[in-house]
Amino acid sequence: MTTVKDVCRHVRSKNAGPFWVTVDLFFDGEANFRRYHDSAALGPDLFARLYGADPTLVKRFAVPSLHVVKISYPRVTAQGGMVERDMHAGQQYVRLLDVELDAETVA
Amino acid sequence: MRDGPIKILVPTGSLGAGALEAEVAYGVAQGARAIATDAGSTDSGAAYLALGISKNNRGSVKRDLTILMKAGAQAGIPLIIGTSGQAGGDRNVDWTRDIVLEVAGELGISPKIALLYSEQDKADLKARNAAGKIRPLPPLGPLDDATIDSCEHIVAAMGPEPYMAALRGGADIILGGRTTDTAVIACFALLHGAPSGPSWHAAKIAECGAQATAVRNKGAGVLISIGADGFEVEPLSFDNWCDPESVSAHMLYENSDPFRLTEPGGVLDVTQAVYTQADKRSVKVTGSVWEPMPYTLKLEGAAASRFQTVMLIGIQDPDVLADIDTFHDNLLEALNQRVHATIGAAAGDFHISLRLYGWNALSGDRPPKGTPPPREVGVLFVATADTQEMASQIAKACNPYFFHYPLFMDRELPSYGFAFSPADIDRGPVFEFKLNHVVEVDDPLELVRTVWIDLRNEEAA
Repeated sequence: MTTVKDVCRHVRSKNAGPFWVTVDLFFDGEANFRRYHDSAALGPDLFARLYGADPTLVKRFAVPSLHVVKISYPRVTAQGGMVERDMHAGQQYVRLLDVELDAETVA
Repeated sequence: MRDGPIKILVPTGSLGAGALEAEVAYGVAQGARAIATDAGSTDSGAAYLALGISKNNRGSVKRDLTILMKAGAQAGIPLIIGTSGQAGGDRNVDWTRDIVLEVAGELGISPKIALLYSEQDKADLKARNAAGKIRPLPPLGPLDDATIDSCEHIVAAMGPEPYMAALRGGADIILGGRTTDTAVIACFALLHGAPSGPSWHAAKIAECGAQATAVRNKGAGVLISIGADGFEVEPLSFDNWCDPESVSAHMLYENSDPFRLTEPGGVLDVTQAVYTQADKRSVKVTGSVWEPMPYTLKLEGAAASRFQTVMLIGIQDPDVLADIDTFHDNLLEALNQRVHATIGAAAGDFHISLRLYGWNALSGDRPPKGTPPPREVGVLFVATADTQEMASQIAKACNPYFFHYPLFMDRELPSYGFAFSPADIDRGPVFEFKLNHVVEVDDPLELVRTVWIDLRNEEAA
């Protein structure tokens, strides 16, 4: 089974303001971007399961010129709260690396 | 625009990060007509707004200001700084102002300085909220008075108009409070008639300095050149370059939407933007669109809420590490019971968390069964309570258990590795951002106060 880290050359996460986290998946080329950018495995439910995000607010964008999929999700608690573990959200992407992708919906 | 493209020198991603004198000299020689940079953001957390303090040390900000003020004065071009002092609250602006005055004295220059304050009065915001002028952005809901009252400081993120007014007023140096990163850089070009789409887009690309270049750690700044049909961007370091990917990828950075960026008074839409290599070092961008919208300013508020005390131990004991999740659960329960037994109801609605650095501290998630044990973990104890004194008492009550808690009850008590003595450190309040709301205004300047300091007049007086 193909995982995110098998088909991305770079994955990163960062705060987009104090209430959102944004994740950029840089695919390793045109072929894998086309194959996986629409993968249902990267849908809102994943972000609800991994990060507790409200799935109705999760935003997803494909940026074909860069072979990037960008996904933004609201934080469960605002940056810097009582149980903050990752102030800049710069380590949150790691949990995505082993997510298994499906290529059912090839664009 | 009569004189061709407008060039803006962006010396660094953030004032204090390390402007380079040779880069600034190159940008000025290329015909830069203004130097512009922001000096902060929300990114480092709410403490800087709540306390009115800088994240950078004074020396690093003074060093950058010395380079930039000297270059600006020699070239006779304005120096424009936004989000002064990290958070852009009034105290953050004043901290930066004092450094600027000190540097002006040392350089022997007498600039005309505009200070733009955008900190907001709570009563005024409550009235605007009651009048339906404030609306939430997801994921937050409608604003209430209690939330406004909970904030130590509230700022509105300014657009370019207060800067344009200050430039029209003859400012040599502008020190702005909280401002959108882009507005600080776009204001000069917008004032001088550059088209809105390219001006805003160029500013967004340049706002983190060399972040939009091919070799991000080579040099600090960029030069943008905004013309009638688009803009160009090049690094200020001659051995670095921009390429279409390095430039277009910057639209992803710390943005939730890579195509549309909401700003005061409109939305920058780059969906149709085209990025091409103009020469070896420069990228040309066309097709940026500005969609005017009703004028809104985003509000940011920082609250100081409950208090924390922390302790840190290191554990290398292989038996504990072999069953670290069980150890975590047992220790956490024992610590909570210890607080109930020794402090009781007086502890209030306290909270303890244990973060296992080297195992799962950043997520708190359980690693899958069969994950090999780590060689060592650091355990951060965090107690949260209504007062600093109570958080401190809770940590002290927990100290012997945290230090000695065994995995096996029938053996000699272990002693884990405390990092400090005294072991507990009062960390102060938990600082949180409370607002994610926008306020509608009729006039872009109505929430902004401008104060002038003209050192020429002061010398004459």
